[in-house]
Amino acid sequence: MTILSFAELAEKCKAQNKAIYEIAQNEEACLSGDSIDVIRLRVLEDLLAMKQAVKNGLKSTEKAISGWCGDDCVKLPERFKKRAALFGKAFEKITTYALATAEENLRMGRIAACPTAGSCGIVPSVIIAVAEEENISEAEQINGLLTAGIVGLLVSNKVQLAGAVAGCQAECGVASAMAAAALTQMLGGDTNEIIQAAALAMKNILGLTCDPVCGLVEVPCIKRNAFLAVHAVTASELALCGVESKIPLDEVVDTLKITGQLMSPLLKETSQGGLAKTKTALALEEVLFKK
Amino acid sequence: MEPKSIFSVISPIMVGPSSSHTAGAVRLGLMAKNIYKEKFFKVKFVLYNSFATTGFGHGTDKGLLAGILGYMVDDPLIKNIFEIAENIDYSYEYVQDISRHPNSVDIIIDDKMTVCGDSVGAGEIRINCINGFTADIDGSYDTLLLMYKDKPGMISTVSDIIQKQKVNIASLHCDRSSKGGTASMYVALDIPVGEDVVEKVRQIKDVFFVTNIRKL
Repeated sequence: MTILSFAELAEKCKAQNKAIYEIAQNEEACLSGDSIDVIRLRVLEDLLAMKQAVKNGLKSTEKAISGWCGDDCVKLPERFKKRAALFGKAFEKITTYALATAEENLRMGRIAACPTAGSCGIVPSVIIAVAEEENISEAEQINGLLTAGIVGLLVSNKVQLAGAVAGCQAECGVASAMAAAALTQMLGGDTNEIIQAAALAMKNILGLTCDPVCGLVEVPCIKRNAFLAVHAVTASELALCGVESKIPLDEVVDTLKITGQLMSPLLKETSQGGLAKTKTALALEEVLFKK
Repeated sequence: MEPKSIFSVISPIMVGPSSSHTAGAVRLGLMAKNIYKEKFFKVKFVLYNSFATTGFGHGTDKGLLAGILGYMVDDPLIKNIFEIAENIDYSYEYVQDISRHPNSVDIIIDDKMTVCGDSVGAGEIRINCINGFTADIDGSYDTLLLMYKDKPGMISTVSDIIQKQKVNIASLHCDRSSKGGTASMYVALDIPVGEDVVEKVRQIKDVFFVTNIRKL
């Protein structure tokens, strides 16, 4: 990728009169030497793996190592059958699919990391649920995933997408910004609206720590996928209404990086602080490591 | 720095639960296997920092072992690797060392070769040291690794052999213990070279180790 910032990306879209996803697939084709068709097929392969992970997750109630998690996503459709969710069908599906994917991940099932495995439920749940509800074509879902991809890539050029480096901001937070961008593309947003959606999503997760209980990708990771998937929708809806982030996305990314550097190592995937040091977490740790 | 691909953030397709701790671990193991190549009987993993403290719950131990045994990141059998690897003598050591990357490992194979690497996020990895020599291999290129006695002309001799195959060199990295001491060379290639090329490089005087590292 020759583009280094979102400002550059926006300029390039304007100069070439192209959508973000078109720039993304062109750049990727240049980089790999493959045709755009091949690139889109590879994206489709990811999309299909994401859909399969949702399906598998919805079927299973197998618990993870802790014995705590793995059976939540099946609870949602049961409730929604009796009483529809306040925010409608898309909300029901997004939260359900996000939990299904995250639970499939924790039981060492097959998922697509997007950008990471711990945050694997966010982008897929938004793309798949909205596509189903709004009858969005497969080609447009691929456009969405390409848009999410270039957003994640430009962030990852500045900061490593790992909880150990910059906390959960860099995992679920970046995933939420990616999902906001994908959704805005799929709902017909223009270049600026897509970038604004990502900025709004990212701005509102700054400082998010990575404090997994017992070092497992379970608490608080699984449910955080559902929360930050919905967070992405909020960002996208606001951006499509014309709401803009006063701080440009490039500066928000810089802030995420600096905030990550300022964050105590105790809160960066070491399980030495935060929720991982609560009374309940420590009690679980004792049970777990006695096994 | 080489530009990165979009697929580094929307994939890999992998078994969970952590791209840096599981998929990254599998890929580090795979790289160690690709570097060592020979059948091995004993492997020790020294895990650092976050790999050490949270590796257990993320399946890092299983991932490293599965990788060095040749399993791919999306193989559902990784879950059961301890049962599968019964005949291998494997062990783990856990160390805190803040001078190392947060997700770092030394893989010691048959007490003969040490491969050090980091899992740098989203399943991406970097091998930064092999038997004490600095390296910079991320698995995206087929790479020729050789160790030899430091002397003038080695780079041109090696590049000449590769050039005769009409293979383009993407990057080249050298390191040495001291002037005239032991040296190492990593040659990243646009397309892989055959065993005949490896054999030719092996025949060069004062080259004592060559391996053809397949990309991931």
